[in-house]
Amino acid sequence: MDISSFVLFWAAIFTSNILLTNFLGMCSYLSVSKEIESSFGLGISVIFVLTITTGLNWLVYRYILVPGNIVYLQFIVFIIVIAAFVQLLELIIERYAPALYYTLGIFLPLITVNCAIFGVSLFMVIRNYSFLQSIAFGAGSGIGWLLAILMLAALRRKLKEKLVPVGLQGVGISLIITGIMALAFVGFSGIVQIQ
Amino acid sequence: MFSVILKDVALLSAIGVTLAVIMVIAGRLLSNYGQCKININGKRDVIVTGGSSLLSSLNDKQIYLPSACGGRGSCGACKCKVDSGGGPLLPTEKPFLSKAELAQGNIRLACQVKVKSDITIDIPASIFNIRRFSATVSEIIDYTYDTKGITFKLAEGEMIDFKAGQYVQLETEPYNKVKQRVARAYSISSSPQINDSLQLIIRYVPEGVCTTWVHQHLKIGDKVFLTGPYGDFFLRDTEADIIYVAGGSGKAPIKSILEDLAVKGTSRKMTYFFGARTLKDLYLTEHMKSFEQVFENFSYVPVLSAAEPTDNWTGKTGFVMPYFKETIRDPKNTEAYLCGSPGMINAVTKALMDNGIPQEKIYYDSFG
Repeated sequence: MDISSFVLFWAAIFTSNILLTNFLGMCSYLSVSKEIESSFGLGISVIFVLTITTGLNWLVYRYILVPGNIVYLQFIVFIIVIAAFVQLLELIIERYAPALYYTLGIFLPLITVNCAIFGVSLFMVIRNYSFLQSIAFGAGSGIGWLLAILMLAALRRKLKEKLVPVGLQGVGISLIITGIMALAFVGFSGIVQIQ
Repeated sequence: MFSVILKDVALLSAIGVTLAVIMVIAGRLLSNYGQCKININGKRDVIVTGGSSLLSSLNDKQIYLPSACGGRGSCGACKCKVDSGGGPLLPTEKPFLSKAELAQGNIRLACQVKVKSDITIDIPASIFNIRRFSATVSEIIDYTYDTKGITFKLAEGEMIDFKAGQYVQLETEPYNKVKQRVARAYSISSSPQINDSLQLIIRYVPEGVCTTWVHQHLKIGDKVFLTGPYGDFFLRDTEADIIYVAGGSGKAPIKSILEDLAVKGTSRKMTYFFGARTLKDLYLTEHMKSFEQVFENFSYVPVLSAAEPTDNWTGKTGFVMPYFKETIRDPKNTEAYLCGSPGMINAVTKALMDNGIPQEKIYYDSFG
């Protein structure tokens, strides 16, 4: 890929939003979006973890999996790396930034199983990104994920006062809203295309 | 082929092990919070190694908060007050707290609070109180041919703080062929106002390990161990009418409750049914009758199920159950306190519910 990291960063936020075009990271997206504050906390954690783990996984892939000829084990290895990193991060934050721990740290266990994180690592391999591109793609995807969950959380707050048909309340209406948001984001796709 | 598989497995294991080692080292370095002081109820300090949950830190110090789930944050039983050092309330705790508890602000789940610095907590005195007491037998009264009242004087300087109706566990010493120690639960029959000694009422059970020891081996001056106080069989602080039902040695906790009330005073309507077989099974009748003068609205009703002709019994006969109806004014506003054999508890509970008393207002100890 000879696409510049800068373009990739913006593309990951808007035209190829990990959540709205690939629908990855849906579980926490749907469950946490009930409150704007929690959504923001989780979103920030996702950005941080996504950026670092994508970089880490790139290094692991390039310098261990490829030379060791065990690329077919990438799924397992990526998951272990993500889990270990998140755990480590939790320990560090809890120790050195208690305030941050109580606002963001409690979301970290949720992130271990967020498929957006894993998905980005896999895209990075499939699309053959360089290290810099991977970091940019990871950070951009994180910001895009935050953007999506914040929008949904804001809309859901408005929805609390609206009359929603009983069968569509909660997750139902959230999925419809997400679909409409995804359509809107397709509008950006004329700017740049990444595959 | 085989060597390729072996190499791949080795490589994967190496990655796993490396990460695991990093995690272990990080855990050692980062989760080490040194020695922390837990101040309990403003009275006592315990020193623990920081880094684990409040619940397990207290357990290590033999202070047992109730916990049904073992600290996974799914039962909510380990609630306690954390006055300082507990950090902010976590989202994992919120679902277990009522609006009033949230408003109070310092109610936490001990299993979710990590001890990372000095911490000040408040736990119910009843939990803090559970201890092992050394005591000496100071008095043995023969209430009937098979029931003894035994008073234990606690060791010098020891005090027990209990609620009337709670029980202790009495540990036996080895005797005859019984080589091991056993512990059996007995309700405290003395008033909670007396806290340097306590009385238990123990009825002889043929072949009973503990009752045999008590009835045939225990002498004045013997040293014993008691653990407690335990249990939530104590008078609820309401204005509801009360029915007490006891049989045999079940008189003990009711005696304690009545003696406690005699000091504190009450105007609640109370009826006390005591079921026995014959006249010689009745005891402390004068003492119980005397409470009719102490309280405004109390009556003691002994009921004999198998009175002998020689007893000349003129009181109520048969089982206690048929006599409930005439004493219940408003079943929804009546509490029942039962103590006796499991068979009696079941029969009485059923009769009380048939009379309209809600199950949640029927209290008893389930240690049989």
